[in-house]
Amino acid sequence: MRTTAFLTDSTLCIGCKACEVACKEYNDVPADGYVFTGRSYDNTLHLGHSTWRHVAFVEMDTALGVGGNAGEQITWSFVSDVCKHCEHAGCLEACPTGSIVRTDVGSVYVQPDVCNGCGYCVVGCPFGVVDRRPSDGRAFKCTFCYDRQRDGEQPACAKACPTQSILFGEIDDLRAHAQQRLDTLRSRGIDDAVFWDSGHTSVGGTHAMFIVRGDPEAYNLPANAEVPTIYLRDGWRSAAAAALIALAGTAAAFLARRTTGIG
Amino acid sequence: MSTTYYDVQLLKPPVWTWEVPVYFFVGGAAGGAAIIGSIAEWTGTSGHLARDARILAAAGAPVSAALLTADLGRPARFVNMLRVFKPQSAMSVGSWTLASFSATTTGALVPALTTVAGPTSAALGAVMLTYTGVLIGATAIPVWNQNVRLLPVHFAASGVASAAALLTLMGHDDDALNDIAMGAAAAETIIGAIIETKRSAATRPLRHGPTGWVIRAGGVLSGPLPLLLRATSKRPGWRRAAGAMALVGSLLTRLGWIAAGRESAKMKG
Repeated sequence: MRTTAFLTDSTLCIGCKACEVACKEYNDVPADGYVFTGRSYDNTLHLGHSTWRHVAFVEMDTALGVGGNAGEQITWSFVSDVCKHCEHAGCLEACPTGSIVRTDVGSVYVQPDVCNGCGYCVVGCPFGVVDRRPSDGRAFKCTFCYDRQRDGEQPACAKACPTQSILFGEIDDLRAHAQQRLDTLRSRGIDDAVFWDSGHTSVGGTHAMFIVRGDPEAYNLPANAEVPTIYLRDGWRSAAAAALIALAGTAAAFLARRTTGIG
Repeated sequence: MSTTYYDVQLLKPPVWTWEVPVYFFVGGAAGGAAIIGSIAEWTGTSGHLARDARILAAAGAPVSAALLTADLGRPARFVNMLRVFKPQSAMSVGSWTLASFSATTTGALVPALTTVAGPTSAALGAVMLTYTGVLIGATAIPVWNQNVRLLPVHFAASGVASAAALLTLMGHDDDALNDIAMGAAAAETIIGAIIETKRSAATRPLRHGPTGWVIRAGGVLSGPLPLLLRATSKRPGWRRAAGAMALVGSLLTRLGWIAAGRESAKMKG
């Protein structure tokens, strides 16, 4: 199989949420209630066990002459967030059962028949994506529609997207496409568009890449996410030292008292 | 002030409930007891102390397993923990450690197996003491990963302190046991001072709000108070009081660190 990815281009997103709906319907993801957040038109707020695509609504001050907005109006920017399917995935490394695996298309998949709901992937994810579903007990996140991909179909969200804001394809093709798209946007005077894939950190790049305008942090795409396995070396070194001190200290206490007892 | 998305938290808070910090407490005490039991026997100090410590370790192991199983979303699938061994997952290392620790601490109670199972249970006990620090240290939660070097030492001291405390409360008054408890209390005193003085945005939940007070109370009860009691008097009553304090302190420490992780997930790195 080929190595696939998403490129989600926020400059093309119209905030219709068809991706959220298509994902929920195709994957049979449960409803998450009727919540009014007051955060623009976003009543979902974040990815979770019952939200595998999430459209963020970012309101920004207008840049006059860009996007055709009148000066007194705000500029709206949307982006459809999704599991990043990291190259070095914190959830996958953390999973003690081997439930979370790397698929042949390069995505990160939670096998529901293996997961025992230990919850360690939840704190292993630097993007706050995977979560345990209280009503079920297991961890859930985007499957990258692995079943559809096996049948030669694209993921439901990409299929449903009416503006091709969500592109699906070979990862290298999409990377090249992203650079062309940024050049096109710049030639049109849109200088604040950036490419995001966490490639410069220990995450080592993601299979869900984004083009957004402005600061990616405004879309909850962190600048410097790290895969938690980078902390293991310091942790185990410290654990080894502490274990030796505990063993040696205990032995010293007993030996010292024995000597004084005899002497 | 950095840019945020409506201040919506990026990280997911830990889903663990009370069972996990209580397991850290029980597993740590059992690990410490296995070490004390094995070394007491090896040095031929006190047969009674060695026996009680080993019983404590062997009893702590199944309680630990029960607590961890209860916290699973699918408890019936607890055996999946032993489906693979992944050194890069502290949870996997811990599951295998606990499984072998259970076997060896029980084995150490059987006279014919003691010579092999005893020292092995002490070595595994040392892993039980420390791995939980790596477990929460190697996560995306800032207050935990920023303290990844401190946590294994902190939890080891806490585990040894609670094992010594339990044995003291069971009526053991050996000077060696008292020395061990004082060593652990001294370590906890230093660690408490480090927590209070290390000031960064990520470590805020360790000093502020309800989690800060739980950690602080745990620190005072684990460190300076029992150290002072044990240093000033040899009376068994004082030593027992010090033991009771250290026990409560260790439990509060574990509860405090997990609660601090929940707070930390709400804040930006």
